[in-house]
Amino acid sequence: MLQRLPHLLGIESLSREQIDFFLDQAKPFQEFQRHPLKKLATLRGKTVAIAFFESSTRTRISFTTAAARLGADTMALQAESSSLKKGESLIDTVHTLEAMKPDAIVMRHASSGAPHFVAERLEIPVLNAGDGTHEHPTQALLDALTMRDRKGKLEGLNVTILGDILHSRVARSNIHLLSKFGVEITLCGPSMWVPRELECLAPNLRRVLRIEEALEGADVVMALRVQTERIHEPGLAPDEYIAGYQLTPERLRRAKSDALVLHPGPMIRGLEIDSAVADGPQSCVLEQVTNGLAIRMALLYHLVAGPPADAPHPAKD
Amino acid sequence: MHVVEKRQLLSAEEISRTLSRLAHEIVEKSGGAQDLALIGVRRRGVPLSQRLAKSISGFAQVEIPVGTLDITLYRDDLSTVGPQPVVQSTDIDFSVDDRDLVIVDDVLYTGRTIRAAMNGLFDLGRPKRVRLLVLIDRGHRELPIEATFIGKTVQTSDTEIVEVRLQEVDREERVMLVDRVP
Repeated sequence: MLQRLPHLLGIESLSREQIDFFLDQAKPFQEFQRHPLKKLATLRGKTVAIAFFESSTRTRISFTTAAARLGADTMALQAESSSLKKGESLIDTVHTLEAMKPDAIVMRHASSGAPHFVAERLEIPVLNAGDGTHEHPTQALLDALTMRDRKGKLEGLNVTILGDILHSRVARSNIHLLSKFGVEITLCGPSMWVPRELECLAPNLRRVLRIEEALEGADVVMALRVQTERIHEPGLAPDEYIAGYQLTPERLRRAKSDALVLHPGPMIRGLEIDSAVADGPQSCVLEQVTNGLAIRMALLYHLVAGPPADAPHPAKD
Repeated sequence: MHVVEKRQLLSAEEISRTLSRLAHEIVEKSGGAQDLALIGVRRRGVPLSQRLAKSISGFAQVEIPVGTLDITLYRDDLSTVGPQPVVQSTDIDFSVDDRDLVIVDDVLYTGRTIRAAMNGLFDLGRPKRVRLLVLIDRGHRELPIEATFIGKTVQTSDTEIVEVRLQEVDREERVMLVDRVP
């Protein structure tokens, strides 16, 4: 039995055994999504604070639904409608939330390291739902779950990640996770988004700037969202990105014939991915969404079930 | 604190004979095997339910569907125990709606496991009837739950433990009464 994890802040600090454990634990929750009655009482009486200091739709809904299906109540804080707009500091907001006695906090923040800052100051588990350009651990876990389900195992796979790697917390968490399993990772995108420094992230990592070469022999192709808020940086127009890096059916043929196509969403059809690929037989995009619910339920169960928040936290013994 | 073996409650042969009797009882008290299905509670209810189904198919020439139920998410002590128990799969590949279900478990003690099992089953549908089969009933109920089919009733004290050891799980086949001594 593994030691209980006090928080989920990132993939980098997790062991391969811990990752395997959570991927295995997602299985009963995947089955659960097919039950006619999708409501458990496992976390009845628990409250999960869903604090999104940066806007999000799918991750927020996924965590909220996962908590609801486990029987927990949620309290939501959203950037657009919160006191953040009025100038309150992060720690004041978090202490205010804490005073309402939640049993865990799921948080997203535009600053890298914000969940770590909060975790050091609160007695309750903190689950990172994305921090700046740092990590998005539940996304990497759901991606790994999708790959493992379809390919049997992660070991020995060739995974190509396409797009703005530099600014992507999804890519970073995926790289940390996949490299622990000996996956061969290829990063591909415009050179300013795939700087040489990224090679330091993991051992079996290569940078390839030509998409045709990057897709050659891939078992999994992960297209990232082009963050249009960043495309105005000098040197790249959307047309150039489409011409050089859009995932099209022709280009996908370079990958293995049974290669999977993953996308963390939201997809911008016609920009980073062609509709024929997004809706094609190799696309796992909707499966990723369902797997996200399962992995988040498994994580909430293991981090939040247990003695109430004001009891001594077992992980601190 | 350590445990000492006090006595054997059932031998391998007695387990086999008991299960054979229980298999006949199920069919007899069900007016045939129409709509019948067995639900084994993890862990040791699973091999027991499979053996019962095999036995029934042997003398009644009918295949009884068997499912596996994990009750972890339905336990009522999750808010007190330390590291969370690992969740296992529930594998019931048939609809429980309108089924005549028999929950199968090794030992009936407080009744809390069976309460959890019933909650789990009703999340899957609306069975026509639910009955309970246990190999050993050791008393000390904390809930109004009784078994329809009982292999053996045993008087026990609070400190004693009934250990059902099955070939499929324990590489050994017998039922022991053990005691915790300080």
